[in-house]
Amino acid sequence: MIGVLSYLVFFLSVAAILAVAVLGLDLHWGNTGLFNGGVAAFFGMGAYVTILLGGSPQPGQFGGFGLIYPTALLGGILASGVLAWIVGVATLRLRHDYLAIATFGVAVAFETLARNAEWLTGGAKGLRGFERPLEATIGNPFLFNVCFLVFVVAVLAIVYVGLRRLIRSPYGRLLRAIREDETAAQALGKSPARIRLASFITGAMIIGTSGGLYVTFYAYVSPQDVSPILTFQIWAMLIVGGAGNNKGAVLGAFVVWAAWTASGWALARFAPVEMQLYTGTIQYILIGLVIVAMLLLRPQGLLPEKLLISQTGSGGTRQPAS
Amino acid sequence: MIQGLLDGLLVGSIVSLGAIGLTMVMHMLRFANFSHSELLSIGAYGALVFDRIFAALVPVAASSVGPLSLTWALFLAMIVAMALTGLSAIVIDKLVFKRIRETAGPLSMVFASFGVALIIRNVLALIFGLKPQLYSGDIAFAVTISTDPSLLVKPDQVFVFCAAVIIMLALHFVLSRTTFGYALRAVAENPALAQVAGVRLSTVIAMTWIIGGALAGAAGVFQALDNQVSPMIGSDFVLALFAAAIVGGIGSVYGAVLGGFVVGIASSLALVVLPPGYSPAMPFLIILAILFIRPNGIFGVER
Repeated sequence: MIGVLSYLVFFLSVAAILAVAVLGLDLHWGNTGLFNGGVAAFFGMGAYVTILLGGSPQPGQFGGFGLIYPTALLGGILASGVLAWIVGVATLRLRHDYLAIATFGVAVAFETLARNAEWLTGGAKGLRGFERPLEATIGNPFLFNVCFLVFVVAVLAIVYVGLRRLIRSPYGRLLRAIREDETAAQALGKSPARIRLASFITGAMIIGTSGGLYVTFYAYVSPQDVSPILTFQIWAMLIVGGAGNNKGAVLGAFVVWAAWTASGWALARFAPVEMQLYTGTIQYILIGLVIVAMLLLRPQGLLPEKLLISQTGSGGTRQPAS
Repeated sequence: MIQGLLDGLLVGSIVSLGAIGLTMVMHMLRFANFSHSELLSIGAYGALVFDRIFAALVPVAASSVGPLSLTWALFLAMIVAMALTGLSAIVIDKLVFKRIRETAGPLSMVFASFGVALIIRNVLALIFGLKPQLYSGDIAFAVTISTDPSLLVKPDQVFVFCAAVIIMLALHFVLSRTTFGYALRAVAENPALAQVAGVRLSTVIAMTWIIGGALAGAAGVFQALDNQVSPMIGSDFVLALFAAAIVGGIGSVYGAVLGGFVVGIASSLALVVLPPGYSPAMPFLIILAILFIRPNGIFGVER
């Protein structure tokens, strides 16, 4: 019983951590119409910088500054924001698919750096030596995991509520106005480039938060954790849940993570031994199929975007934009 | 240094072939197609299958052409693979992109292209295995051109370079001399006006996929001939192709050719100063540099 329960706590923790990243991506794609092809890079930036700042010193390894946890996490979040700023300044003035290409490139470059710069990132063996906050004080591992789950869910709730307030505010309307018709927004005296940049940086910092939480949970990060498949998983979560709807984003995170875990378990359990090597391959095909099938069959996702109409009595029949 | 330049020319000719189709599709259908580089993998594996079939049917065909490790069977298989890749490009468009194009915006197309890329890459890995394969088990010896500076070139590499240049010249004549070439350029320039002038949009789009796919298929075979057949060819090339298209300017075929050589040579020369592990990031640095200096590329126009 305790085994099932502790697995459930583990599963919910990871799903909630990923849900934070999906919320960040939803701010990009769902609300501002920005294509982020490098979720893994912003996630990894949050994770790596958090462990570099908050970890204990390791021989022959940069970092391990042993800062107190909130400072380390904040550092990771800020680092993601800085990365987003650099990419955003270069690409946000240009046609939208340049951002897609550049962010995808950032993810490739980040993974390359993570694999090769051993002094900085530990190379393929990754970074260890992170003391999880309060772990020693709490003592009991199960109790610690429950407490951590509560902490992650609290962060998820804060991000969720914060985004909801942002989206319902005049600023949120402005974001959607830019997404729908940039020229019209410009004609009203708004500056789309600056606002898109702000939204891109905010979303990237939310994704960075997710990375920071992830490294706190595992107390370890390696290039495996920032491989492109993470980006595709987060996307699948958003597409399944419904872009532009934060409830959908969170729902999608739990649904897709459950499906991913279940498919991995089923393949390990039932697939013939010679196929075990190809478990990852089959799961990648499934993620690809989920993305394409959702876009073809139900592009609005499980929970479609609800358009917020600020003036009653007009435009009530508008269809959600695709 | 000069060896790096030679290697860069070779890689550049492969990147150019792949980038031509990418830049045409990006311009005409207005979306960044992240699955285009998977067509290279389809071409490489298509040639592998038909090479084995031809060699088994006609054993004489399994003999090498001159000093090359390339056999007559593989040469024929390459042509079949190019046709096959062009066809797969159309089929993918019919199955996925066309439907999404009709209902949703360009961002959904980009998302879908990632999904398509994941499916193609991993289905190939599932069918042919994750382990890289070789067209020919024979060792291709490099020929020493000069000893000081030391320059080594494999006969296959000379063939790849020449064949790539011939294919690009053929494309140049099609684009500049035939009615179809005019139609294609007209659609790229202004689809509405081209339709008024009696150009069938759907035919031109289909031909773009076929040509782009066939060139990508050839690029895949060349890459596999020089290195090995692996399901990772597509993901290895995706950023390089985009870098070439952006350097040349989206929509410019000649720009893509030039961009391909820029990317190839820059990547090879970068190996002189950077450890090889960093080479996957090289196209990204080129993209960033060009976006800061000249965001519309060398031959691109502002849109």
